[in-house]
Amino acid sequence: MVANSKKGSNRDLAKALAGMADQVIASANKGRTPSMDIPVRSLANVSFNEKKRYIEMGSAKQQREFFNVNMAKKFMQTMLVAAACRQLEDEGKTTSIRDLFYMIKHRIDGSSENTVDEQTESDAVIEDLEVTAQFIREELNLFAENKGALAGEITLVDSGDTIDARAVGSGGWAIPSIVEDHVIKFKKCTAKFVLLVEKAAVWHRLNQDKYWKKHKCIVLHGGGQPPRGVRRLCWRFVNELKLPLYVYVDNDPWGYYIYSVVKQGSINLAFESQRMAVPSARFIGLSSFDPGTYGLDQKATAIGLDESDIRRAKEILAYPWFQSKAWQKEIHNMLANGVKYELEALTNKSISFVTEEYLPKKIKDKDWLD
Amino acid sequence: MASRKSKAATPTPPPIPEGGRRKKAVKAATAQEMSARQRDISVAEFFQKNRHLLGFDNPRKALLTTVKEAVDNSLDACEEAGILPEIEVKIEVAPSSEGGLPPSVAQATRFTVSVTDNGPGIVKKNVGKVFAKLLYGSKFHRLRQSRGQQGIGISAAGMYGQLTTGKPTRVVSKIAKEPKAHCFEVSIDAKKNEPVEHETKQIDWGREQGTSVTITLEGRFQKGKGSVEEYLELTSIANPHAVFVYIPPEGERREFPRGVDVLPDQPREIKPHPYGIELGMLLKMLQDTKSHWLTGFLASEFVRVSGKAADEICKAAKLSPRAKPRSIMGKDAEALYKALQTVKLMSPPTDCISPIGEKAILAGLYKEIKGDFYTAVTRSPAVYRGNPFVIEAGIAFGNQGFIKKDSDDEKGEQEELSLDDGDGNGNGDSERPKTLAELRKAARLKEKQAKEEIKGPELSRLIRFANRVPLVYQQTACSTYKAAVEVGWRKYGLTQSRGSLPQGSLVIFVHMASVWVPFTSESKEAIADYDEVRKEIRLALQECGRRLGIHLNKIARAKYEMSRRDKFGLYIKEVAEACGKLKHKYGTVNVEKLKKQLQSVASKVTGGEKTEAELKRKENAPEELANTIVVTEQGIQGDVPEGMAPGGAAAPEAAEPIEAAEPAEAEAPAKGKGKSKKGKAGKAPKAAKSAKPVEAKAFKGKAKPAQQSAKAAKGKAGGPPGIDDIPITSFGKQISGKPAKGKAAKAKGKQGGSKQKELF
Repeated sequence: MVANSKKGSNRDLAKALAGMADQVIASANKGRTPSMDIPVRSLANVSFNEKKRYIEMGSAKQQREFFNVNMAKKFMQTMLVAAACRQLEDEGKTTSIRDLFYMIKHRIDGSSENTVDEQTESDAVIEDLEVTAQFIREELNLFAENKGALAGEITLVDSGDTIDARAVGSGGWAIPSIVEDHVIKFKKCTAKFVLLVEKAAVWHRLNQDKYWKKHKCIVLHGGGQPPRGVRRLCWRFVNELKLPLYVYVDNDPWGYYIYSVVKQGSINLAFESQRMAVPSARFIGLSSFDPGTYGLDQKATAIGLDESDIRRAKEILAYPWFQSKAWQKEIHNMLANGVKYELEALTNKSISFVTEEYLPKKIKDKDWLD
Repeated sequence: MASRKSKAATPTPPPIPEGGRRKKAVKAATAQEMSARQRDISVAEFFQKNRHLLGFDNPRKALLTTVKEAVDNSLDACEEAGILPEIEVKIEVAPSSEGGLPPSVAQATRFTVSVTDNGPGIVKKNVGKVFAKLLYGSKFHRLRQSRGQQGIGISAAGMYGQLTTGKPTRVVSKIAKEPKAHCFEVSIDAKKNEPVEHETKQIDWGREQGTSVTITLEGRFQKGKGSVEEYLELTSIANPHAVFVYIPPEGERREFPRGVDVLPDQPREIKPHPYGIELGMLLKMLQDTKSHWLTGFLASEFVRVSGKAADEICKAAKLSPRAKPRSIMGKDAEALYKALQTVKLMSPPTDCISPIGEKAILAGLYKEIKGDFYTAVTRSPAVYRGNPFVIEAGIAFGNQGFIKKDSDDEKGEQEELSLDDGDGNGNGDSERPKTLAELRKAARLKEKQAKEEIKGPELSRLIRFANRVPLVYQQTACSTYKAAVEVGWRKYGLTQSRGSLPQGSLVIFVHMASVWVPFTSESKEAIADYDEVRKEIRLALQECGRRLGIHLNKIARAKYEMSRRDKFGLYIKEVAEACGKLKHKYGTVNVEKLKKQLQSVASKVTGGEKTEAELKRKENAPEELANTIVVTEQGIQGDVPEGMAPGGAAAPEAAEPIEAAEPAEAEAPAKGKGKSKKGKAGKAPKAAKSAKPVEAKAFKGKAKPAQQSAKAAKGKAGGPPGIDDIPITSFGKQISGKPAKGKAAKAKGKQGGSKQKELF
């Protein structure tokens, strides 16, 4: 769908994918079980680079063997995804990961089994392929569903169309999955900072109140855990436009983790950290101390932590990139209170409390966590 | 033995006499009056009043017992005469006493049972006594393994018929040399226990020799569990050398074919062992002996009592070695009895026992039970209370629910019927019953499938035998049952609830051969639970179970490998085609060749051809027997302790000793009869000799199976076989699976898969 303009790397991709077939053929010739080495995408194989301040993937690899009951299907799926990417490459097309799922999905001859049943299966295989072939998803001619919206003091060019983000209506500009330079170009920016909000609902409040106009900023959301496009766009704002990035998330372990993914990268996509992680990102709220500081009706707005919250909070406490004193204090405070708060809790004070009082004061007071 | 005698002979309180007595009983009876009423009770009279003791408690059981007694007699007679038995059992509905048309089989209360054999026939003057005198027979006075023991059975059956229908027992008998067969009608004079016989005629009988006995009795005919047919099936399993023909009152004639062509060895008669006798019997022996001195008595009337041992016994009993046996009574006798139990003696000889033999059991199980795994174990002889015995066990296992129980099937049918009834219940809505029926059909199908799972929910079936005679009643009282429950079948891959038999399509076979099988009761329905006996049964079953476990493991592994291979096979096409696409423009890929290569790699990593072989084995039913034996032997090989290792050598070895075994077998019947040393008698004693070391081991109770097997193996390789070896080697000839042996082929031919019947 998106015109592919980077012909230079194409030969390499086709060649790399063909190499996967060569491995299978060579093994078959030798009478050995075909296998491929796939870098491990788990906590065990990531490390926090103190200097660069983001998560890096280690060198551990996992052998995926064809003739192993636990891996056979995944092996087959990997080959199918590779072949599909090769086809996209040959035909010069780009497709969504949903489309790819349907490209490879079919009934296996002589069985009642499908090659893939859930998109999560093909998505995981795509990520495997990314790390194995060392081509990121965009280079594999794949993109995810659009997710997230933006509005604010910026004008950009999206596939040739100029978008003035100050005039994008109540829905905002939908952030595409691929935001690389060849798709999105920045034309004019008057913003002083970027505010990444966890949820669409809160983003709507900010957009409706024209918060970005009053405070000269760009406001965007990623619909929960921000997708790669949103993260990459933030990275470009920070690195190309030199804007500070504030992250505004729920006060719960999941909110903390969203912040940390934006800041240090995710465990799953650690190999993409260097082009996605924004180590300078700041956690503006909601802090577990805020309800007290801002006089929230805590009895009315607090939600008790459940078991999974507590477990997750403890996991996060142990992550190397959450070891600063301030963060430990923040998380311990939440655990001590035994409650969490949603961003919407601030609305309990008044509809526009967040845009008129809370965020301005926070930024003015530099009341954030780093 | 003693107890049976005492039952028969002790003056039990006379049955309440004439009705008038009660009124007068006000006046105390005098000793004279009482003595006037005291008189002998004939055994026959006793039986008349206590028929339940001998298995005639109800009409259903009476019919079975009659068949059983006649068949046992026929088998014993044939074997003793060295004839391979062919026995025909025919049951007909007898016209009822009121006359008119004979009732239907289910309704009928009178049946005529005829059992005809090809035995030696019975001498004319003995016919009456054999069939119409209780406690007349050749077996009671000998300590020797045989089916019947007391000489009650067939006469009792005749008497039962006489009592219930008034019809005499009809006998046709022909001796080989005589031109005509004699027909008799015999009845029993219950008061005197004497036969009343009259020869009716002499006829031309189509047979060379044999005996036919016909009894008309009150009975009930039934199918399934406890039926005559089941009884014959079981008998056929334990007596694979015999042919049975069954002609039921309605339905198909059925033949139970022969599984082996060799008669079992005739057991030798032995004298009692001191450890096994009771005081009463000792007293009687003291009176009956011809010896003049006590030492002479001990040495000549008992086995394993040497002169030296006799002296020791006398010393221990503080009796003079020269004491007159007849004068030893009271305290002296008791002291002697105690001394007999305490002095160390060798275990009794065990060549008096003739086990069925592992291979013959296998053949018996195979021909009557449909399954896909069979194994059998014959233990070395052991001893309980001075009585030598041998335990044999076997297993028939249906891996795919081949084996089903009759009772289960019936239940299933009933359920189906009741379900159908439910459907029929006129529901006005014509749509609904249909969908309901469909649902039920689906549910039933599902149930059926569930049943076909490897381990069905049904309990396994225990079949029990004592001296080759099936035991049908009182299973839970039987030592075999207790031992079977005690075995931890779970470790062999079966499911088992606590305190019950294992689950699954499994038949467990247990046989006890002994000169004196300890029954729990007179009707000989369950084996008494002696520790030594139960332990032997348990060990035999454990060995069977272990082999089954190995087999199941193998199958399970093969199945698992096959499922893996199938899965890989599905993906190979996908992967190969993906490779083709990936290599597009970068050289061509021969996708078909790649598929084949991958296929062969997949096959290699999933156990290769072995997997296929393991699974195919089950599909080729006709080759079952040979294959099963291979499996069994492999099982043995796989786990043999070091040093024995028949391994690959076992098969060739097995072929060799056949020649050695044959003369010994041929000799056996002659030996059994006591007709001593014919021409080539030389080898028989040798065989007996070579059995000795094994006995000694058994007595010590330390001999491990492995050691004994090692002995057996040696026996095979070297000189003539010992008692252990005979059945095994003789089988090697029968069903070793080597087509070269004529008999093996014959045996195989007879056991076509179609003849197998599902025993459950």
